[in-house]
Amino acid sequence: MSRKDATLTTHGFKYFLRKLWRDPMGRWGLLILLITSFVAVICPIFFPFDPSKVGVDASSILTGPSQTHWLGSDELGRDVLRQFFSGARISLFVGIMATIISTIVGSGIGVFAGYYMGRLDGFLMRITDFFLVVPALPLMIALGAIFGQNITVIIMVIGFLSWPRTARIVRSQTLSLRQRQFVPRAKSLGSTNLRIIRTHITPHVMPLIVANTILVVAGCILSEATLSFIGLGDPDRISWGTMLHFSFVSGAIGRGAWWYFLPPGFGILFIVLGFTLVGHSFEKITNPRHRGES
Amino acid sequence: MSEKFSLSIEDLHVSYQLSGSAGKNKIARAVDGVSLQLHPGETLALVGESGSGKTSIANAVMRLLEPTSGKILLDGVDLVPLQGSELRAMRRNFQMIFQDPFESLDPRQRVIETVMEPLEIHGIGENQEQRRDLALAALAQAGLRPAADIGDRFTHQLSGGQRQRVAIASAIILKPSLIIADEPVSMLDVSLRAGILRVMADLRDQLGVSYLFITHDLSLAWMFADRIAVIYLGRIVEEASAVDLIENPMHPYTKALVSVIPVPEAIEGASRTILSGEIPSPSSIPSGCRFHPRCPLFRELGEPEKCLNEDPLLQISAKSESHLVACFFSDPSKGDTQ
Ligand SMILES: Nc1ncnc2c1ncn2[C@@H]1O[C@H](COP(=O)(O)OP(=O)(O)OP(=O)(O)O)[C@@H](O)[C@H]1O
Ligand code: SF4
Ligand SMILES: [Mg+2]
Repeated sequence: MSRKDATLTTHGFKYFLRKLWRDPMGRWGLLILLITSFVAVICPIFFPFDPSKVGVDASSILTGPSQTHWLGSDELGRDVLRQFFSGARISLFVGIMATIISTIVGSGIGVFAGYYMGRLDGFLMRITDFFLVVPALPLMIALGAIFGQNITVIIMVIGFLSWPRTARIVRSQTLSLRQRQFVPRAKSLGSTNLRIIRTHITPHVMPLIVANTILVVAGCILSEATLSFIGLGDPDRISWGTMLHFSFVSGAIGRGAWWYFLPPGFGILFIVLGFTLVGHSFEKITNPRHRGES
Repeated sequence: MSEKFSLSIEDLHVSYQLSGSAGKNKIARAVDGVSLQLHPGETLALVGESGSGKTSIANAVMRLLEPTSGKILLDGVDLVPLQGSELRAMRRNFQMIFQDPFESLDPRQRVIETVMEPLEIHGIGENQEQRRDLALAALAQAGLRPAADIGDRFTHQLSGGQRQRVAIASAIILKPSLIIADEPVSMLDVSLRAGILRVMADLRDQLGVSYLFITHDLSLAWMFADRIAVIYLGRIVEEASAVDLIENPMHPYTKALVSVIPVPEAIEGASRTILSGEIPSPSSIPSGCRFHPRCPLFRELGEPEKCLNEDPLLQISAKSESHLVACFFSDPSKGDTQ
C-alpha cells in the first residue's frame, strides 16, 4: 500500500504521529503538549495540592521562591508550585471536556444539516447562528447565579458556546461530499440515510473533525482562563485562570510577586500554543488541497 | 398485462425546476412522455446525444429522483409509489452501473468493502466470512483476478477499468433482474472498453439479467443490444431491433446518426448527414415535432405545416410491428436514397 494516500481510515494513529513529528510546527506542538500533559497528569500525583494547607502566620504569605516553596507561596501561604501543577490539570480537564461537548454537538449538527439540506439545514443553521452570538459572560453569570460557580457549569457553557464554528466547517464539507456520486450509488443499493452518513460521510469528514477538535481545545482552554480570570471560575478547583484571578485580587501583581502570576500566565500561553501548532499541522497533513485528494 | 416485462416504463415525465438567473422560474421537461419495455434477459439500448434525458430516465427508474408522472413497473410492481423501507427492500432487484467510476466508488473504502456493502445492507449471508466469499466470487466474475489481492486495495488505488469492474461486481452480487448501465464505458480509455463490455455480456448470459444500456454511441448500442431506442429531447423517436434500426432507420434523426457511424456496413456508399444546430433546451421544446428545427426531411419536404403544429407519436411503422417511429413522413422508400 502506498504511503502517500494518507487518510484517517487507511492509516492508524501512529502514522499521523510520525507525520506530525516530521513537520516542524507539529513537532514543536507535540513537544509542548508532552510537557504540559506531564505537568498536568503526572506532577500532581507526586506533589498534590491541598487548598486547606494555608500558611501559619503573616510571614508565610506571598513569600518568594525558597527551599520549602520552590515557587514561593500565595496570599494564603500555600505552595504555588503545587497549585500550578493541579491548576494545569484543571485547565486541561475543562478544556478537553468542553471540547468533547463542542465536537459532538458541532459535528453532529454539521453533518445532519449538510446531508439533509433543505428545511432541516435552515433550521439547524439558524440555531447555529444563534449560538454564535450568545455572549458567554452574561450567560456564565446567570448560570453561576442559579447553579453556583462550579466546574460543570463552566464546562457546559464553554462547550455549548464553542460548537458553531465546528458545525459550519463540517456542514460545508458534508455539503460537497453529498454531491459525490457514491452517495446516490449507496442509496441505489438500498442504504438508509443514516447508514450513508455512517459509512460514506463520516470517514471523509473525520480528519477535518480531528484537526478542528485539536484547535477547539486551545480555544476552550483560553475561554476557561478568561472566565476564571474575571472571577467566574470554580473557587474550589483552582485552574491557571483562577490562579491569575487570585493573584490579581490579592494584589500579588501590584506587589511584584512574579512567582505567583507568571507561571500560570505562561502555562496558558504554552498549552494554547501547543494545541494550536498541532492542530494546524494536522490540518496541513490531512487537508486534501495539500496532498491531492484520495 | 398479457406479456411479462422485466421493466416497463409507462409515460414517464421528469421535469426540473430551473431557478432562472433572469428571475423567471422555468421548467425543463427533460423526459417528456417516455414508454419503454424490457423483456427478461433482454438488452435495450437507449441512445441519444448529450442532454436528451438518458440519465434522467435512469435516475427516475433507480428512484434517485422523483418522476413528475408515469409508472415504472419492475417485474410488474410499480416502483413510483414505493417509499422508505419498502423501496429499499425492492432495490436489490434493480441495480445501476454509473458513468464515472472515479466518482461512484467511495475512495475511502476497500474494494472488498465496496462489494460487500450491498450484502450488508440487505442482510444477505450469515456472517462476514460468507459475505466475503460471495464478494470475492463476484470480483472474479467481473474479471478482477486475483480477487483476494484486489479486494484488499482501496478503490482509489485502482484504474478506471478496474473500478468499473468493481462497480459491476457490486451490481451483480445481489442477483438483480435488471441492471441499468449509464454510459458504463464512456469515461474509460478506448482500449479498456471492449473488456468491460465483454464482462457485461458474459454476465447477461450467466445470470439472465436484463440491461438498460445507456449510451450516446449508436455503434456501441448496435454491438451490445438486442433492441435500440433512440431518444431525442426527452422523447423516444424510434425503436426497433438493433439490426433493423441500423439497417433500416426510418426517423430522420436516426438516419443522421446511422450515417455517421464509422464504417457502416449497413449504409455503405451513402452520404453522411451532419445535423445542423444543437439539441434545444428542454425548457423550450420546439412546437409540433420537436425535431423540426434540425430535420433534413422537414426542409426537403418544403417545411410542411403538419411538422410545425402537430406532435408525432411513436407508432408502429408500416414496415414492421416491432419497428416504432415518431415521424409523419418516415416512408422507408425514401430511406437510403437521399
Ligand atoms: N438537476 C437538474 N436540474 C436542472 N436541469 C437538469 C438537471 N439534470 C438534468 N437536467 C437537464 O435535463 C436535460 C437532460 O439531462 P440528462 O442528464 O438526463 O441528459 P443525458 O442524456 O444523460 O445527457 P449526457 O449524455 O450529457 O449525460 C438536460 O438538458 C439537462 O440540462
Ligand atoms: S415529423 Fe416532420 S419534423 Fe418531425 S422528424 Fe418527421 S419530417 Fe422531421
Ligand atoms: Mg447522462
